[in-house]
Amino acid sequence: MPSLPPIRPEDEAVAARIRPHGAFDAPDLAPHESARFDYLLRLGDDALILGQRLSEWCGHAPAVEVDLSLANLALDLIGQANLALGEAGDADSLAFHRDVLDFRNCLLVEQPNGDFARTVARQLLYSTWQHLALQRLTGSSDNFLSEFAAKAVKEVAYHRELASEWVVRLGDGTEESARRMADGLDWCWRFVPELFEVDAHLEELIGRGIAPDPRELEAEYRAAIGAVLANGQLQPPPDQRPIIGGRRGHHSEHLGHLLALMQYLPRTYPNATW
Amino acid sequence: MSDWPLWEVFVRSKGGLSHRHVGSVHAPDAELALAHARDTYTRRQEGVSLWIVKSADIVASDPDQAGELFEPAADKVYRHPTFYDIPDEVKHI
Repeated sequence: MPSLPPIRPEDEAVAARIRPHGAFDAPDLAPHESARFDYLLRLGDDALILGQRLSEWCGHAPAVEVDLSLANLALDLIGQANLALGEAGDADSLAFHRDVLDFRNCLLVEQPNGDFARTVARQLLYSTWQHLALQRLTGSSDNFLSEFAAKAVKEVAYHRELASEWVVRLGDGTEESARRMADGLDWCWRFVPELFEVDAHLEELIGRGIAPDPRELEAEYRAAIGAVLANGQLQPPPDQRPIIGGRRGHHSEHLGHLLALMQYLPRTYPNATW
Repeated sequence: MSDWPLWEVFVRSKGGLSHRHVGSVHAPDAELALAHARDTYTRRQEGVSLWIVKSADIVASDPDQAGELFEPAADKVYRHPTFYDIPDEVKHI
């Protein structure tokens, strides 16, 4: 299994130096506003990047019905991204005119689709976490966030359900499907611990009742994933060295390629319209 | 995929109306057939309820028997409910 070297402070200094000046002018906000801004980017970028990844299946899924299912999930997620990034600022310019270091999505969602089983593994691991987080976010003291969560939680409940159904069928299917399902889970597993990380920004929002504490979801998450895997005759993969850093802009090499495709048109033809 | 059975999909467009046949989907089993039907036929708010039935479980009339089954009704216009007025308020009949 390939593994990335940790990003060191000197790497960050190099990245900051080579970064085009003015690529992303983050708004100049008071600390409590900037924590909220950052949180909106996390919500929006997770949804945008996973939506973009899923849309890559369009025309390539194993069956036309699955093609539609994946496209529907992608559209739900891009709708959520539009809401969250729209609350943070101008959704289009945040989506299309930011560079890779300014994205705040977790590493799990940017991972390549691989085969259908790996896509399903990624969806189960992300949607289950997103569903548990959104359920709690409906009680946020922030009006926008509680309304956002109330809308998205229904969509994501279905994503979680569909991903669970597929994990069980592939795991408990043929010898080949079980092997591919186990490989897919194994590939994605090292990106799970990042979902439960809390940094200073998030700590502040948790303290003010704005964001749920992901550490409180972890036991329920592990139990839920374990139950789906057991249903599909699958074992949880052994824990691996976690890879983290997406929330700080330390992304895998895959995100830049995704952005190059996604951002090509609006960057090449600024202000293009249909 | 190619060895998945075919399922017929019925959608109730709103409360009070009957489920109507809208098409079919391929799926490996009933739960996923329901998911495929949901994703294929109700993504634009077409319905509030779904039925799916395995196509193989439907007993259909034989097209070769169409003559004996259906043609005798052709000259019995008195069986049509066309000899009384339907009030305008009755929308679905």
